[in-house]
Amino acid sequence: MHDAGKVTIGLVIFLALVSAPFWYNLSSGRASYTPEVEYPKDAESCVRDSAYMAAHHMDLLDEWRDQVIRDGQRFEETPDGGRRECSLTNTCLGCHVSKEKFCDRCHLYMGVEPYCWECHIIPEEL
Amino acid sequence: MRILIPLLAVVVLIAIGTVGGGGARYLFFVVLPYAGLAIFVLGIVYRVIHWARSPVPFRIPTSCGQQKSLPWIRSNNQENPHNMLGVIWRMILEVLFFRSLFRNTTTEIRQGPPRVLHNPDKWLWASSLLFHWSLLIILVRHFKYFVEPVPNWIIGLQNLDGFFQIGLPVLLLTDIVVVGALSYLVLRRLWEAKLRYISLPADYFALFLLLGITGSGIYLRYFDKSDITLAKQLGTGLLSFAPVVPEGLGATFGVHLFLVSILLAYIPLSKLVHMAGVFMSPTRNMVNNNRWERHVNPWDYPVTVHTYEEYEDEFRDVMKAAELPVEKD
Amino acid sequence: MSEKLKKPQELAQVEFKPAPQGWMDPTVEFRKGTWNYAAVPETLEYLDLPYPRKWQPTDDDWQLPDGWEQIILTGMRERLKKYRSFQVFMDCCVRCGACADKCHYFIGSGDPKNMPVLRAELLRSVYRNDFTTAGKILGSIAGGRKLTVGVLKEWFYYFYQCTECRRCSVFCPYGIDTAEITMMARELMNLVGLSIEWICTPLSNCFRTGNHLGIQPHGFKDSIEFAVDELEEITGIRVDAPINKKGAEILFIAPSADYFASPHYFTLLGYLALFHEIGLDYTWSSYASEGGNFGLFHSTEMIKRLNAKMYAEAKRLGVKWILGGECGHMWRVIHQYMNTLNGPADFLETPRSPITGTTFDHASSTKMVHITEFTADLIRNNKLNLDPSRNDHWRTTFHDSCNPARAMGLLEEPRYIIKSVCNNFFEMPENTIREQTFCCGSGAGLGTDENMEMRMRGGMPRANAVQFVHDEHDVNLLLCICAIDKATLSPLMEYWVPEVEVGGIHEMVGNALIMKGEKERDVDLRGQDLSGKTHADESPAGGSQEEVAANA
Repeated sequence: MHDAGKVTIGLVIFLALVSAPFWYNLSSGRASYTPEVEYPKDAESCVRDSAYMAAHHMDLLDEWRDQVIRDGQRFEETPDGGRRECSLTNTCLGCHVSKEKFCDRCHLYMGVEPYCWECHIIPEEL
Repeated sequence: MRILIPLLAVVVLIAIGTVGGGGARYLFFVVLPYAGLAIFVLGIVYRVIHWARSPVPFRIPTSCGQQKSLPWIRSNNQENPHNMLGVIWRMILEVLFFRSLFRNTTTEIRQGPPRVLHNPDKWLWASSLLFHWSLLIILVRHFKYFVEPVPNWIIGLQNLDGFFQIGLPVLLLTDIVVVGALSYLVLRRLWEAKLRYISLPADYFALFLLLGITGSGIYLRYFDKSDITLAKQLGTGLLSFAPVVPEGLGATFGVHLFLVSILLAYIPLSKLVHMAGVFMSPTRNMVNNNRWERHVNPWDYPVTVHTYEEYEDEFRDVMKAAELPVEKD
Repeated sequence: MSEKLKKPQELAQVEFKPAPQGWMDPTVEFRKGTWNYAAVPETLEYLDLPYPRKWQPTDDDWQLPDGWEQIILTGMRERLKKYRSFQVFMDCCVRCGACADKCHYFIGSGDPKNMPVLRAELLRSVYRNDFTTAGKILGSIAGGRKLTVGVLKEWFYYFYQCTECRRCSVFCPYGIDTAEITMMARELMNLVGLSIEWICTPLSNCFRTGNHLGIQPHGFKDSIEFAVDELEEITGIRVDAPINKKGAEILFIAPSADYFASPHYFTLLGYLALFHEIGLDYTWSSYASEGGNFGLFHSTEMIKRLNAKMYAEAKRLGVKWILGGECGHMWRVIHQYMNTLNGPADFLETPRSPITGTTFDHASSTKMVHITEFTADLIRNNKLNLDPSRNDHWRTTFHDSCNPARAMGLLEEPRYIIKSVCNNFFEMPENTIREQTFCCGSGAGLGTDENMEMRMRGGMPRANAVQFVHDEHDVNLLLCICAIDKATLSPLMEYWVPEVEVGGIHEMVGNALIMKGEKERDVDLRGQDLSGKTHADESPAGGSQEEVAANA
């Protein structure tokens, strides 16, 4: 008794599961898609360099949040001696005016649903 | 030695991954992952077919409950299946919830008047269940790196995993659980004399490798962050047969991906093949219906028996003397 | 019992702390009391088995045939291709250790190679070395061991310290069944002429005379007649016990110990009384005078060679179906092997109880019914006039025999009968009964006198559970439905819990059964006085050499 039928069914299920993501990409046709974010046209620089921001923006926001909420420090010093508000709504979204065209592009792509927006208002939607 | 060799092997693999992640990127980010996946898929298929080529000559389920016999005796179709439905249910419980391990006890002999105690022990069951489920959830979560668009249910799963919203990026529970469970599985092999005795280098290797993978993954997520859209470009590229090697993925990423490639290839070559083997175990996947359905052994062959005629020929005289009926006088 | 055997208290000093250096270097010590004598060459010759010779495991030189390694490795390759169980079980173990302390031999001896996982590893290490790529390249780092005389000696020692009870397989997450692995290992050792006397002598006896004890037809008849006389003395009724009767409706086959050993004998009296009372048209057979099948402890081929007699005799006698007696491994063979090996039994009919009219549909293909299924059905249909108070001198517990429990699932039928014929019934702790039942410690051909220490060790978990119900509920009778149990639990109880005796279920049935026209019963089937309220502590069933021997 070799159970050829049952074994075949099992193997087909296994191969289907393993190949499912390949088929999925094929059928969606979006495997080569990469998100294009819209950068502010009039800003010269970001609060940190862009490579750092790409990887660590959540660290910075986390840091700012603690700083503002816990220590009451709403501002940080800029390299040129100025002052900058530690604020997602005012500072970040001040330059990156469109959440949809900046934040969401990558977040959607990466399947990330940050809970920033549970509290923060989105200026463009006002 | 049994612990050192596998530990060293994993350390060497990590070193190779570190170097490879920086240097031979195409090899480490494209060729080896493909090779790992290919060995995994073909290897599993080969192993299953290899097993299937050996027939099951006898129907030998382990019956762990009441058989189906008289209609007024309640039979236990789950632990002693009398039809296919029972087998499927038994296998589901075995594969998804580790039914048999749930029975585990620890034996203790109390002296004085000797008492053999069988204490319920759910640690092995719990840790292995948590480990396997966490690993599955982690694997599924990772598909966000491999498919575009990301299906909602994967995002839902990820949000559930990060339910407590601790920190940013949010702490995923499975990350904690998988390391905890794996550590327990390592520690019990080191701590408990019985386990230390039976453990082979391969047993430690699998655990160290998995710790290396989960460790490097956690390090990537919480500490050595990089632009993860690059990882996704690599992932979707691989899973659409149009690989691209983006700049900017670091050494830790190299280690992580390399160890995963090794794991994939290692599964069909090692005891980790139990992921397929569990489905093939004749003591679990058979209906206990021997007495009402004949099971055929494909290699059955005739054997020499001692026939009644030979028996009577030898004993006819004494049989007649004892007034036992005989065929020939 | 061996005089050198330690006192129970000492024997129970077991530690589960194996030496740290591991097991890869084969070491084995054939310590007195823990191994079985080698098969005598005459038996192997009679059965046409290879390489008969005079040898003993304690010999330095086992006189292995030239090229024995190749013989075994070739045999292994063949079996890997013939048994998926073997192949999968060789590949899948993760050494999680769940099975480790589930084996009665490990619990009783603390010998780490008695952990089921390690017992299997003894064979698996050779498999890895010679049949897997990793093993061929990495050798011992991959857990491989070369097949050497040392390894073979280890196999012999430890695969004859496994009773194929399957308890480990209940706990294994992949259902790895050490019984299956032990069967393979024993088959491999058979190929180079290594087996034990206690298996091969019963085999050759059974092949020739129809039963393990080698009782010839006239001796068989005498035994049955003697039982008929004895039953008459107790009940005043002379029952008919036909032998080799053509045209009977049912062929009854019981393990040979039932008509030759004690306390089995009282179960035989129970069968005879029952069959008479319900007017069963049945016959015994002298040719198929053995229910048991030591082939199970030897090789698939031997199972088939011996088992063939059952259907052949049923056909010759022209019966409609077969009824089987109280025996453990016999029922593993009947339930899981007989139909495949020697079926289909098309010439028989689906068993139907002539008394109740119940059709045993679950046996519609094998055409063989277990006596507890048969009797439970009689009781359920009120066909028996029972007086359970005639068993009031017994406070009983029930030992599930390994094979009916774990290779069949016969759990409720015997309990239903016991509860109907005994007023005092107490279960042992739940981790020691039903599918988790503990072996008697002497199954699978290991019930020899020379192996006594190992038997007492292996039986310790069972005995200890009996001790528990003895302490809690004054239990004084351990019931079972297995001939090996009846034979080996007796000395086990004598050693660990001397206040408890061993009996069969149909002995209890026979005691409780009110037969039409019977005389006032003043003794039970053991001949013990029923007038007194408590029974005498005198044990009628000693553990003498003959009696222990008689249950092979």
